Amino acid sequence: MSKVDLTVRVGSLKFRNPILLASGTVGYGNEISDFVDLNKIGGIVTKSLSLKPRKGNPPQRIVETPAGMLNAIGLQNVGVEEFLKEKIPFLKKFDVPLICNIAASTVEEYVECTRLLTSEEFIKGFEINVSCPNVKEGGLQFGNDLSAVGKITQRVKAVTNKPVFVKLSPNVSYISEFAKVVKEEGGDAVSAINTLVGTSFNINTRKPKIFNVFGGLSGPAIKPIALAKVLEIKQKVDIPIVGIGGIMNWKDVVEFMIVGASAIQIGTLNFIDPTASGKMVSDLENYCIENNIQKISDLTGSFILQN
Amino acid sequence: MFIYNAPIEKLIALDNNIFLLQVYCPEIASVIQPGQFLNVKVSEGVFPLLRRPFSVCDVEGESLFLMFNILGEGTKLLAKKHIGETIDILGPLGNGFNLQGSFDTAVIVAGGLGAAPFPYLIRKIGDEKNIKCFVGGRSSHYVIQYGMKNILTSTDDGSLGYKGTVVSLLRENLTSIISSKPKIFACGPNAMLRTLKEFTIENNIECEASIECVMACGFGICQGCPIETVDKPEKYSLVCKDGPVFNVRDVVI
Repeated sequence: MSKVDLTVRVGSLKFRNPILLASGTVGYGNEISDFVDLNKIGGIVTKSLSLKPRKGNPPQRIVETPAGMLNAIGLQNVGVEEFLKEKIPFLKKFDVPLICNIAASTVEEYVECTRLLTSEEFIKGFEINVSCPNVKEGGLQFGNDLSAVGKITQRVKAVTNKPVFVKLSPNVSYISEFAKVVKEEGGDAVSAINTLVGTSFNINTRKPKIFNVFGGLSGPAIKPIALAKVLEIKQKVDIPIVGIGGIMNWKDVVEFMIVGASAIQIGTLNFIDPTASGKMVSDLENYCIENNIQKISDLTGSFILQN
Repeated sequence: MFIYNAPIEKLIALDNNIFLLQVYCPEIASVIQPGQFLNVKVSEGVFPLLRRPFSVCDVEGESLFLMFNILGEGTKLLAKKHIGETIDILGPLGNGFNLQGSFDTAVIVAGGLGAAPFPYLIRKIGDEKNIKCFVGGRSSHYVIQYGMKNILTSTDDGSLGYKGTVVSLLRENLTSIISSKPKIFACGPNAMLRTLKEFTIENNIECEASIECVMACGFGICQGCPIETVDKPEKYSLVCKDGPVFNVRDVVI
């Protein structure tokens, strides 16, 4: 029995600890399960699902940047039908809350995906991706549009009783305005942040390194930005936040919780050290013991701003 | 798949800016096959952030050998490592070359650093088959003959061996290759592999190639290394998981 209560709540969803695995960095769970005991982590968020399978972008899809990486995968995924038939059975072997991330090109597609997935009991909630920078239709054009984010939230909530998180884009002036709309339209939480739009060019060929030209920047390079966005939301809107962006170790988890995150997601780190998320749980517990914190959820929003 | 902190046993500078790194890693050494690869974190910090993929160059007892040239920041750091320091290795990854089959001669075709996987393949084949190596590069500086046998070389500028591409050199030797009941094992730049694919289809020679691609994780979760296959053009395969070795007929290079 753990001496510290590591459980956290995000809306009505309870997780055994605040560490979730981020969408697009763990596929559908099978590869990462060789490295992490999925029965020990807080939760898992699937690769973005669309109604039909998506092929994704041609190579090159990835380029490393200082303390970060750009990716433009282009939402390659198996589609809702194959996910339910072929991927869910593997995930059902684990005692881990599953959040399905949904990406779509139209409002109707978001709704239809949610409707099809919500009847699967093993799925505990949804994360709506309104902020993928790497596809031509949908994605960021929704993420930059307050009324579109509101409409998607409202329409998706109308077809499911399960919690809906909306994953927000940092490529906006005031992310808190989007969090406010999500709350007003009945969203249960926001995930912040998705990747930042970036690019990289070859100075000899003068061509972009990534086929898609633009990609999403992730990794420790974006952590300060992600923290600032989480803090902005926390100060302006009363909605649970799932913090994401460049988390590399347990200290980063604590920092995200202090500025306002109820839970966090590990993304790029899974590519580098796929065992890392599993190891963080005991480190977090030690931090709580050393600092006399009985419930890790007490960290959420516990920042002190005055000097 | 394992993740190990493998101690460095030796760092050997070959000619031409090419290095061989010998690390002690019995768990991987005992199972890895020629053509499989390792994803290596060369530093502990965030610079460089991602692992670097290296095909296994050779295995001796409990040691692995990696071949690299100094190309970017990661390999620069690797070349400065000292004996006893460790590197973080994830492997073995991907599918290797298929050495079974009814061929009599393994024909190795390597372009530049594409020579890396073949010392181990040649060691594994041993005396069971004949081996012929065709090794090419832009100039003599880029022709890597380490661990090769029965070598013919080519250079684009004629500074060593045949003047022209390594596939042109193969063409020049077509009659003797065909009569030797061959299977081609190849690794090199995509441009080389594309012409090699045409050559092997024209002449009905079986050919497997190890394909290079930028990737992050090396085991299928980042989806960063797509490759189109001939039979399923509507869906990408992944170089890391479905390859890196493919029958050249099966993929769009």
